[in-house]
Amino acid sequence: MNNHVYVSRSKAIAARALGEETMVMSAADSTLFTLNEMASLIWEAADGATPLEEIVTKRICAQFEIAPEVAMKDAEKLVEDLAGHGILLLSGQPLAASRGETAGSSRETS
Amino acid sequence: MSSVTVAMQSLSVVVEIGGLPIRLHCDNPDFVRQIQERYAGFLSSSSDARFDFEIELAPPGTESRDEDVRVTWESGRWLMERGDFRAEWNPSTARGRIQQTINPYSLDSVLRIVHTLLLAREGGFLLHASSAIRNRRAFLFSGVSGAGKTTMARLAPPDAALLTDEISYVTRQKDRYFAVGTPFYGELARPGENLQAPIEALYLLAKGPANKIEPIAGADAVRGLLGNILFFARDNEFVKLAFDSAFDFVSRVPVRRLTFVPDSSVWELIV
Repeated sequence: MNNHVYVSRSKAIAARALGEETMVMSAADSTLFTLNEMASLIWEAADGATPLEEIVTKRICAQFEIAPEVAMKDAEKLVEDLAGHGILLLSGQPLAASRGETAGSSRETS
Repeated sequence: MSSVTVAMQSLSVVVEIGGLPIRLHCDNPDFVRQIQERYAGFLSSSSDARFDFEIELAPPGTESRDEDVRVTWESGRWLMERGDFRAEWNPSTARGRIQQTINPYSLDSVLRIVHTLLLAREGGFLLHASSAIRNRRAFLFSGVSGAGKTTMARLAPPDAALLTDEISYVTRQKDRYFAVGTPFYGELARPGENLQAPIEALYLLAKGPANKIEPIAGADAVRGLLGNILFFARDNEFVKLAFDSAFDFVSRVPVRRLTFVPDSSVWELIV
């Protein structure tokens, strides 16, 4: 993976911050993920417009005592892992908006 | 004319769980009798039904062994499918259809799915948990298969009213959560009592060398709860509803770890 990667949160998820952690549930298979503080920062910053490298530099390295190369390597591994589960989207180009929402009209039950 | 009406009525049964009456109609009187026996204690008068399902019985042997449940929203209706049944339900018309062979298990599964969908809108959910009422308060005992749900139900003292040993029915009424009795049972093979009470605590079960209760908070509590909520619909909206409900529930109901020795002494802690 090169550094020109843009990351965006999928809309096919439910997510909520709880303390320094973020809990994310995939709508596709109900798998639950718990992101630690560092992963949560990347998650929050995954707007589809900010390159991953910039997120790592401005959000991670500025806050934690961690070498940029190490932080970048960890971040790449994280986003690839989350993308593999479909809860994060990766692209070599800026992503205009989060995608992944199921098409269709709203549901009703009663 | 009146005899025809009587005959038609005898082929319908209204099963009311959690205050939601569902009318089931089937042309086979033997199966209707099976339904009446299976859901005894949860039957209601026909005029009360909010939803109607027509059951069409397929010949024995036509089911497949596919155990995966698929619940999808398509063209304004919910489709529910497994190897042993196929059902559809249109919430707008409040009508649905179930195709299955003559067995009570398929219908039980469809009802669980329908109630999951209905509950989600109202902030409730079905939970892998046994539950019981003691001193007018409900206690939930949750965990994966083998964690001790049925064991806790079996060990319940005489003054505890058992709501279920397998699938707990959780409703949100105003700002409180209630546990409601259901006919959904597990190894105990006994329906719960048709009662409800405000939930005092959710216990996440673990077997151990001594009885012990420890509080669980924050992410651990949410994780423990979400891991046991029944998700049938792989659907953004419903997953989000259940996810939000789990956070809300944990903010209002104490969640604790109950490590227990499988004997009746554990119930001394549940008061």
